Formats: sequence, structure tokens, C-alpha cells
Amino acid sequence: MTKPATSLENLWLSGNEALAMGAKEAAVTVASGYPGTPSTEILENLSRYEGVYTEWAPNEKVGLEVAIGASFAGARALATMKHVGLNVAADPLFTASYTGVRGGLVIVVADDPSMHSSQNEQDSRNYADAAKLPMLEPSDPGEAKEFLKIAYDLSEEFDTPVLLKSCTRVAHVKGVVAPGKTAVSKVKVGIEKSPAKFVMLPGNARQRRLAVAARQDRLGEFAETFAENKIEWGDKKRGFITAGVSYLYVKEAFPEATVLKLGLVNPLPEKMIRKLAEGVEELIVVEELDPYLETRIKAMGIACRGKELIPAIGELSTAVVRKAVSGEAGPAEFAPVELIPRPPNMCAGCPHRGLFYNLNRLKVFVSGDIGCYTLGFLPPLSAMDSCVCMGASIGIAHGMSKALGEAGKGKVVAVIGDSTFIHSGLNSLINTVYNKDNATVIILDNRITAMTGHQPNPASGSTLMGEPANSIDFEALCRAVGVKHVRTVNPHEIEETYTVLKEEIDRDEVSVVITRFPCILIPEEKKRVKYPFFTDTDECTGCTACLKLGCPAIQWEPLTPEEAEAQGRKKSQKGVARIDEVTCVGCGQCLPLCKFEAIKKGEEK
Amino acid sequence: MESSGNILFCGVGGQGILLASELTAYALLAAGMDAKKSEVHGMAQRGGSVEAHLRYGRKVYSPLIEPGSADLLLAFEIMEAMRYLPYLHKGSKVIVNIQRILPPAVATGKAAYPENILEELSGRGLEVMPIDAFEIAKKAGNVKAANVALVGALSSLLPIPQETFIKVIKERIPARFLEVNLTVFQEGRKAGLS
Repeated sequence: MTKPATSLENLWLSGNEALAMGAKEAAVTVASGYPGTPSTEILENLSRYEGVYTEWAPNEKVGLEVAIGASFAGARALATMKHVGLNVAADPLFTASYTGVRGGLVIVVADDPSMHSSQNEQDSRNYADAAKLPMLEPSDPGEAKEFLKIAYDLSEEFDTPVLLKSCTRVAHVKGVVAPGKTAVSKVKVGIEKSPAKFVMLPGNARQRRLAVAARQDRLGEFAETFAENKIEWGDKKRGFITAGVSYLYVKEAFPEATVLKLGLVNPLPEKMIRKLAEGVEELIVVEELDPYLETRIKAMGIACRGKELIPAIGELSTAVVRKAVSGEAGPAEFAPVELIPRPPNMCAGCPHRGLFYNLNRLKVFVSGDIGCYTLGFLPPLSAMDSCVCMGASIGIAHGMSKALGEAGKGKVVAVIGDSTFIHSGLNSLINTVYNKDNATVIILDNRITAMTGHQPNPASGSTLMGEPANSIDFEALCRAVGVKHVRTVNPHEIEETYTVLKEEIDRDEVSVVITRFPCILIPEEKKRVKYPFFTDTDECTGCTACLKLGCPAIQWEPLTPEEAEAQGRKKSQKGVARIDEVTCVGCGQCLPLCKFEAIKKGEEK
Repeated sequence: MESSGNILFCGVGGQGILLASELTAYALLAAGMDAKKSEVHGMAQRGGSVEAHLRYGRKVYSPLIEPGSADLLLAFEIMEAMRYLPYLHKGSKVIVNIQRILPPAVATGKAAYPENILEELSGRGLEVMPIDAFEIAKKAGNVKAANVALVGALSSLLPIPQETFIKVIKERIPARFLEVNLTVFQEGRKAGLS
């Protein structure tokens, strides 16, 4: 019997809360990153601790560069991001591997297998190999905190940035976490010039390349004795090699089996793996997404099975692992019932809705981007035609416009949110102007990074640490890069928005339309006095014009011909649209859509 | 109390599902259990279908409930109860808030909301307990406390003293909402016991 998990000293934290606590206990003093599910709450939580400087950077590359700078100055530094953010930060990552560190430097990257909130599922372990960096992979919140502290010690001992790989089922899982002591770094904060180490000109870089190779050898030896790489001997018929959350599924599906749990997934402990292979009849590698461990173990000449059994797509689970390995179906009894789907939707009163309603009317090709507004893709708005990655909308619209030539004039627009524009849209706008396009770029300025849970950005006027800050003047910025036509509209004003969009789309020069209204979920908006609308259902003819907004506050109530007649309506009226006053926030987008004056302004709420 | 169990919470983004699962988890922890909870943030919210898995026992490995092994389902919306059917087994207890929240296809007149869900659930050998949490919360003066009414109903099925739940609610709910939430919890518990 194990002792109760909860004692007075222990806390129950999410993986992200635990990582924040780990950073504090590791004596991190500078942390930067860009919000991205499931990594966002690490910096949000860390910002609440005294004595740590935290910030939101405009993108992950800048965030990592800030952390590298802090490390060069001798501080322990942290950069956080989601998996796709590491693509953005890959450029500094690969060369920081060469420079090494002064103060400990850790990059936490959170993967999202099954794409709960991402545009792709990629396996960040490949970066560890490609950039020649050590990577730790915790399996739950308690380990996440401990592994982060270990990562700082490794970083300083081996003169290397260290990657720590989280994922949705660590970041957004809550579990028991034991608080620990605060570490002390041996490195002193201060300027210490070492140009041969930090100036990566070819001559220096060639020397550092050798240092990286020597470091990899030393880390390989370390991996053999690292306490978090451990063989749990059990039944010797079947041995598993696994890491991270996959370990939990293996333990639950096969509690009796022998398991090698890897805390460090790069480099691998070859001798330990050989010892395991010799001690069991059959070796199975259980890992989410790519055959990362399997490929490397096979390259050692060790026989094992991995992806021929275990799915390479999506998250694993106890049931998936059990079925893949033993063929046993598990306890499931009931088949799913086909039901009406419930996709996410823009909130009632979301300013983005007014824009997408109009883009649908204008029948243009909408080159989209990443944010809440990607939901403009869904019916009935159905007004997004492509979405690839952060900041891609403007470049894609430009490329389409160049390919289409005359035929594309007035037919392609780019839509991009304020935070995404700052992240990586601005350079594309510069390109659009410089290379003489006539595209229309629409910046959806709701003053906040909404999708990830309302983080301030350089347009919001405040910082992560809650201090007032400069708020980017988008109009001036766009003019400064050479856009002559910059217009700002309130997207709740449906008809005015339509007119401005039409004029700018038809224009033969590049133009920017800024749709500006704050997100209804930011505190200032939540507090604002609201006058919800209501429907005078006697006036409603059931024309369904208001339903084209797809607003969750407007609900269709079907009527049978008999019911319609009994209510004194035309027998052919199929129903009435009713505004739910609890949900409505009075944005007014539906008002001009009703030609029968059935929508009325209600009482203050 | 039973040494382990799996509780699945489901509903629609914005219904207070995450808070309800937290309160329950803290009550289990206070009773000396290990507990893990898994949920999904970001795009999965925004009025979409939401789930939280809560597992407890002496030692919990996986944070996810296996299909067929949820002992209790706390459904905040009728149709969502049906969506999570594959997680249940014969004899699973299902607390259903009888509120209907129309999905977009129904709200825009493109589809009809399914009927007879409670009967369909009981017909499969599940122990179904319908609760009008919205009405309980409305009577107490704050419709937003409906989630705590459901926690009250759930508490009647868990072998944890009522006082433990009350202590957790007092620790976790801001003072200005406390009275309403305690009333709602009690009413929910009564509805669960009846």
C-alpha cells in the first residue's frame, strides 16, 4: 500500500501550474514566450510569483531570443511555447545549441497530439535530435516540476539549452505535486564576454560544432546512469520502452510487465536498452506520434516492435495501448450514438461575426489565419477559405493574387487578428506593399489574444505582469510601411462595414481595413452595461435572415402549419426566431438584418 | 470508501463544468485519495462540447477514463449525456441536468433536437437521475450556480461526508457567492438523495 497521495504539504496542480512552480524553485529570473494551447498557463502562473520577470513576446522566436539573452547574462531563463511555436523559434534554437549557455536555459514545448487546439500534430522530439539538444519528457504534473529543475542543472553542467517536452495530457492534467526547495545557480549574473563562444561566425561555429559533438557523447554517458531513466523489472515475457504519458497507459494496461521508463529521450541510454532487451522475450516501444525511439533503437541493432502495433496518429490511451499490444478490446459496452455535432462557435456578441457575415455576402476568397476568428469557417458564416499557420494569411493572399493576375482583382482578402498580425503578419504586409499587390488586408483588432484565454499583446496596452504599456497604433504602423488606404470600422455596424469592405476590395491598390471592437470576454467589456435585444415574435415572419449570423443567442423555434395558423400566422410560416435575453449582450448586429422590426432593444442587464 | 473510481463530467463550454470537477476533486483529495483530472482548453471551449475526466484511487496512472469504465457521469446538458455513452457501463449512474442547449444546427433550424434521451439512457441499463439544476439555482437567486447544484447531487452518490464538500466549497468559492452556492449545493444534494 502506498501512502496517501495527499498530505498537508502536497498541492494539486495542473502540469502548467507545476512547471511555473518548478521554474520558481529552479531560481529562474527571466521567462518569455508566446501563448499557445496547451502551453499558455505556464507563464501566466509564473507571473504571479515574486522575483521573476515574465513577459509575452510577439512570437516564439523573439521569446527564445530573450531567454538566450538572459542566459548569456548569467540568469536562469525559460522560454515556453506550443509545438508549432518551436517551428518559429527553430532558427535561434539550432544555433543556441552551438553557443551553449551561461545561466541555465530551458525551452518548454507543449505538443498537442490529436490536435485538440492546433492545426497539426507534430512530434517535438525530432527537434531534440535535429538541434542536438537534450530533451526531458515528464509523464504528469509532479514529474513536470521535478524534471524542469533537473533541466536547469543539466543545462549549466553540460553547457547546453535543454528542451522539456510537455503535451496536452501533462499541461492540462491536474495531479499531486510536492513543493520543494529553491535551487541556487552557481552562475553569477553579470556581463562576461566570451566572443568565441557567443559570436557564431563560421570560424567560431566550427569550433563550437566540435564542442556540441563532445557534449553529446558526455550526455550519452550521463543517460546510462540518470535516475529518471529506469527499468522496472516485472514479468520478463514482455518488456516495454516508453516515456511521458505513454508510460502511464502502459502501466495501466500491463501492470505486471517490465518497463523501461525514459525520463531523458535524447540522447538515449544504449547500454540500458541493451540490458532490457537481453532480459525480456519481446521488446515493444510505446510512444505517441512518430517512431522516434523505435527508429533509434532499431538503428542500435536491437529488435523491437513499435508502430507496427501502436498507432502513429493521435493520442494514445490505456485502451488503445492494450488493444494494440494484446488485441483485447477492453471494457467498452456501448457503441456511440449518432448525434448532432456541437462544434465551438464564436460567442454571442463576438465582433468577428459582423465581419464574417459581410465577407460571406461579398463572396471573396478569404485567406484566413489562427485565432477565434478561424471559426468564421463554420456555417452559416462559411467565410474562410484557407488557414495554414500563424501569420500566413497575408502572404498567401499575396501569392494567390500574383498567380491570378487580373482575374484575381477584388476577389481575395486576408483576415488576421491583432496578436497574429504582430506575431508574424507584419513582414508579409511589408512584402505586399513592396511587391506591388492590390490585396485587401483586414486586421481584426479585438485588443487581446483571445483564443488562448485573453493574454495581453503589444496592442492591448498592458503587459503580462499587469503594467500599463504602449499600445501599437495599427493605422500609423500600416501607413509607415507604405499602405496608403487604412480604414477603421466597428464590425458590429453591419452595413457600414459592408460599404467599407466593398470600397477597399474594389480598390486597385493595397489597403488595410481594421475592424476594431474589444472581445466581449475581456473584463472591461464584461462589466459594461448591456441592453440585450428581444424578439417581438408577433412581428417575426420566420424569414430566417437573422439566423445567417449564426449567433448563439438567436434560436429557431419550429412551428407546424396548425400551430402557425392557431397563432394567427400564415400556415406556410415554418417557425419563429427568438433571441435568448440571457445570452444576448446587445451587440446589435442582428438589428439591421430584420426587415420586419421584430427585434427590439430590451432592459439594462 | 471505494478504493477507486472514474467520474466523467460533460456539457457545453461555459456551463461551469471545470469548477464542478475541481470541487469534486478537492473533496476526494480531502478524503485522502490520489486524484487526477484531465481536460481540454482552447478551441475545444467556445460553446463546444466539453469533457473533464476525474479519476481517483490509491494511485492513479492514466489521467483519462477508458471507454466502458466511467462509474458516474455528471451531464450538464441532456444531449451531451448521450454523446458520452461509450464511456459508461451497465449500472453506471448518470446525473443529467435536464437543460437543453441548442447546438448550432438546431438553433438555425437545420436539425431537430433529439427526443427521449432519458428513456434511451435508462433503456440501456443505466441508473439515470434527472435534475433541474437551472431551476434550483434560479430559486436560490443565481442561475450561474447550477453547476454547484449538480455537484450537490453528485455528492449524494460519493462516500464522502457532506461536511467535506461544504468545507471545499467554502475554501474555493468567493465569499460574495458563498451563501447562494451553499444553498444550491444542499438543494442539489436533496434532489440527488430523493
